[in-house]
Amino acid sequence: MSSGGPGAAVLDAHLVVRRPGFGLDVRLRVAPGQVLALLGPNGAGKSTALRALAGLVPLSEGHVLVDGADVTTAPAERRPVGMVFQDYLLFPHLSVVENVAFGPRCRGVPARRARRLALDLLAEAGLDGYAAARPGALSGGQQQRVALARALAVRPRLLLLDEPMAALDAHTRVSVRTQLRRRLAAFAGATVLVTHDPLDAMVLADRVLVLEGGAAVQEGSPAEVARRPRTGYVARLVGVNLYRGRASGTRVRLAASSGEGAVLTVAESVEGEVFAAFPPRAVALYRERPAGSPRNVWPLTVDGVEPFGDRVRVHLTGVLEVNADITAAALAELALSPGVRVWAGVKATEVECYPA
Amino acid sequence: MPVSSFPERGRRSGRLSAGRVPWLLVLPALLGLGFLVLPLAGLLVRAPWSALGARLLSAGVRDALLLSLGTATAATAVSLLLGVPLAWLLARTGFPGRRVVRALVTVPLVLPPVVGGVALLLVLGRNGVLGRYLYEWTGYSLPFTTAAVVVAQVFVAMPFLVISVEGALRGVDRRYEEAAATLGATRWTVFRRVTLPMVAPGVLAGAVLCWSRALGEFGATIMFAGNFPGRTQTMPLAVYLEMQRSPEAAIVLSLVLLAVSVLVLVLLRDRWTGTP
Repeated sequence: MSSGGPGAAVLDAHLVVRRPGFGLDVRLRVAPGQVLALLGPNGAGKSTALRALAGLVPLSEGHVLVDGADVTTAPAERRPVGMVFQDYLLFPHLSVVENVAFGPRCRGVPARRARRLALDLLAEAGLDGYAAARPGALSGGQQQRVALARALAVRPRLLLLDEPMAALDAHTRVSVRTQLRRRLAAFAGATVLVTHDPLDAMVLADRVLVLEGGAAVQEGSPAEVARRPRTGYVARLVGVNLYRGRASGTRVRLAASSGEGAVLTVAESVEGEVFAAFPPRAVALYRERPAGSPRNVWPLTVDGVEPFGDRVRVHLTGVLEVNADITAAALAELALSPGVRVWAGVKATEVECYPA
Repeated sequence: MPVSSFPERGRRSGRLSAGRVPWLLVLPALLGLGFLVLPLAGLLVRAPWSALGARLLSAGVRDALLLSLGTATAATAVSLLLGVPLAWLLARTGFPGRRVVRALVTVPLVLPPVVGGVALLLVLGRNGVLGRYLYEWTGYSLPFTTAAVVVAQVFVAMPFLVISVEGALRGVDRRYEEAAATLGATRWTVFRRVTLPMVAPGVLAGAVLCWSRALGEFGATIMFAGNFPGRTQTMPLAVYLEMQRSPEAAIVLSLVLLAVSVLVLVLLRDRWTGTP
């Protein structure tokens, strides 16, 4: 874990929530100014973790410390926390500026000053002209900015964002993400962000914690997680081919779950249980067996072909399952369609190999 | 034929061609409609339209009208004060026996109002379970006063408000309340600044319903408050009494009550007749 020493963390939490058919047990530490992304599939417990931090879900066990102060049993309204909800939940009966001033008013700031503060925050968010508007009259991206301004207006030490991009269409997502990144960079407290979009995690977070089935399965920098996934879920999410096996020297014999008997050659010598990963674009496809070179080559069968960005993703099965990204031109040249047998090759230097 | 007169609505009725009108259904339906509409039409036909203004301003009618408006409004205010918190309790808390309490709240909806009047007398009358102490300690006797009219109306009309507001509260997305809590709002602030404004249409509808029910109250009022002109004789009571003395005054009062009912229907049209 890359966070600072024990005294440095804004957030130090051990969240245990037990419910029939569901359990969450995860430890979080976030340093000042740091953004932690909780990444995971639906039902993994991301939102429950966030709600537990906000005080909206009681803990079965564990603790929540913010700046060293124990708020484990404090009700939501007494935590130094600001939260942006998935669909923003701006109060429809209040104007935009009243929405932003709501928090300061509740915390005892006089009406005039709360309004001044809200107007300043709206100006910072580039929403000068919308103070008197109803939230319903705003676009999704604008609503998200209002929601963020509303959460920041209470001067929280811990900022919680629940799927902040989920309610936006793909087009606005890009610009909103960029703005959010800038706002988060200026925030001095700790931020915890829940998302199931790896791109959000990569762009917005300093650190990623992957939750599956209520437990942390991987934690690290976004680059680390993307390059060295430790579960099939993360591998699919970041789009790499992931295998597990036993290494001896530069040869990795894959485990039954990854492709029994298949052998991967890697560049550097390792020993013991390992993960091996390589990106789909590192895979080359051939109609004939390519002539000898220090690479991994398997005869495989095309299972499916689909467009993927400006390339084509080919699903291959056989002794192991491989996704390969090739150009449309290559696809035409190879005349690939489901059922066709091809040779797939990967250079040993393209394979990332790390202890399991 | 409905098919041709409402072409845009004829999607389903298009199957009902002219030669196959199911008279077994249509005839009773028309009879039923006439049965509901004709008495009201009769009221309008027999109304002394030329003397309407003078009648409305005559002392007896005016007293009953003002008393009714005053007591129904007071009863609605009391119902709001007590009924909204009661609705909140039913909708937002999970106290044991909540289902029983909700059932108890709805009893006055189906109870004959005159029975409610008897019950009120037995509890709040001068010799009643509680009224006895009230009389002993303060010398005040509630029955047969204007306050008794309000009490009778609250008893009969408040359930309408409670049911309406409880439904509205259940329809509110509770996550807005959570959002308010994360912003530092106490439960009272959440209720005042988020929940209540969001259920305002439901509260308004409930209040209108409650007010019109209070305005039409007869049974419990005459039993608990009696029939004293100017003090407890509300419009429905006056209608009953005037019908024997001067039917024209009864008709005028009835017209006022009918107009109020239509007005309420218009105010609540989106809630009741807004079915697709």
